[in-house]
Amino acid sequence: MTKSKGVFARLNAWLDDEQSALERTMEAAQEQSAAPDLEQRSPAEIRWAQEELEEERRIEAAMAQWAEKKAAPAARRMYNALCVCMCLTMIALLLYTVTVLPAFGDPNHPINNEVSARYIEKGLQETGAVNIVTGMILDYRAFDTLGESTVLFTAAMVVLFLLRKDKESARYSQLAQAMDANPHSDTYYEPKNDIILQKTAVILVPIILILGVYVVLNGHLSPGGGFSGGAIMGAGLILYVTAFGFARMRRFFTYKTYQTVVLVALLTYALSKCYSFYTGANHIESVIPLGTPGAILSSGLILVLNICVGFIVTCTMYCFYAVFRKGEL
Amino acid sequence: MTVIVQLMLLFLIVCAIAVCVTKDLLTSVVIYMAYSMIMSIVWITMESPDLAITEAAVGAGITSLLFFLALKKIHAIDARNEVRRKHGEKQLGGERDDEE
Repeated sequence: MTKSKGVFARLNAWLDDEQSALERTMEAAQEQSAAPDLEQRSPAEIRWAQEELEEERRIEAAMAQWAEKKAAPAARRMYNALCVCMCLTMIALLLYTVTVLPAFGDPNHPINNEVSARYIEKGLQETGAVNIVTGMILDYRAFDTLGESTVLFTAAMVVLFLLRKDKESARYSQLAQAMDANPHSDTYYEPKNDIILQKTAVILVPIILILGVYVVLNGHLSPGGGFSGGAIMGAGLILYVTAFGFARMRRFFTYKTYQTVVLVALLTYALSKCYSFYTGANHIESVIPLGTPGAILSSGLILVLNICVGFIVTCTMYCFYAVFRKGEL
Repeated sequence: MTVIVQLMLLFLIVCAIAVCVTKDLLTSVVIYMAYSMIMSIVWITMESPDLAITEAAVGAGITSLLFFLALKKIHAIDARNEVRRKHGEKQLGGERDDEE
């Protein structure tokens, strides 16, 4: 390996276990020094060495016996006793905490303070969302939701980084072929073209997808929103791919689609809210009218943000499933 | 109504203990799914339908699916099949379709 290669080439080489010239010479030197030359010793020295070796072996055997007969059972007993003690302590602590908590629905509950009162009283007027929960998470606390979407995005990135089988690398495609050919590979027993599953999926997938779209689009009017609707749509896609396979899924959803959709959704969210974040989120008048509460086109940006979050969650859920199962999208 | 809610809460406790006690990983994932479904109904009775939808979709649906996939990756489901074959029982998973 030459020094003219870039940092990434060297990182790749390190990941592929390639050795540099320096490492090779060092290992060769170690092997040479490790080999003892017995021929130069006298017979007496060899006998002493053998006796020493036997003595060492006797001691080792005795210690192993002691560890097996005495120490291991004692350690196991102590481990079990400590486990029980820890569990009992935790149970007692948690039960004690529960007894101190205020009752469910108590008006004097500490969470019933001026913040929630303000949300309930002014929420509809300020955000235009009939569903106060969505008004809260996508308007008052839109920054938190951006963070959550970014966390999902990062998680998907890490899963792709760790588990994706890269077709372009020669080493990984060999590994993938070897794994698939192995009778103990995890795709070996997979049933293919299951007729019951396919007939069920034909009926269920459209219903699930439409329910997901409804939950996303109605997020500001009825219970639900981007995250729940996205999870439902992701489940629909997973059912589709389980029934019909990755080849049919790739006709409309590839790695490229995943990249584009997630990037556009995340950027739309960030750009449409960045002005508000930049000014300290102190609620400057929005140029988008709030509209009549209860109409589908109302409550300003919340509908757009809901759609963005829905897309991110759908793609991430499907990506998790596909990469976990097959190593590619 | 309160009786039903209390029954469901009792079911949740039984499920939580059963998940710890079962030796078989596949069984404990199925119990976990049942726990999530009942939990989503409990959320509705506590007047938070938003959480109920999310719990049903994520808890009972996608998380369990990912658990199943993980079990498949570590051969926990295949090992089960091996044990069943040794005892002469019927296999759980479908056979491999060799035509493809």
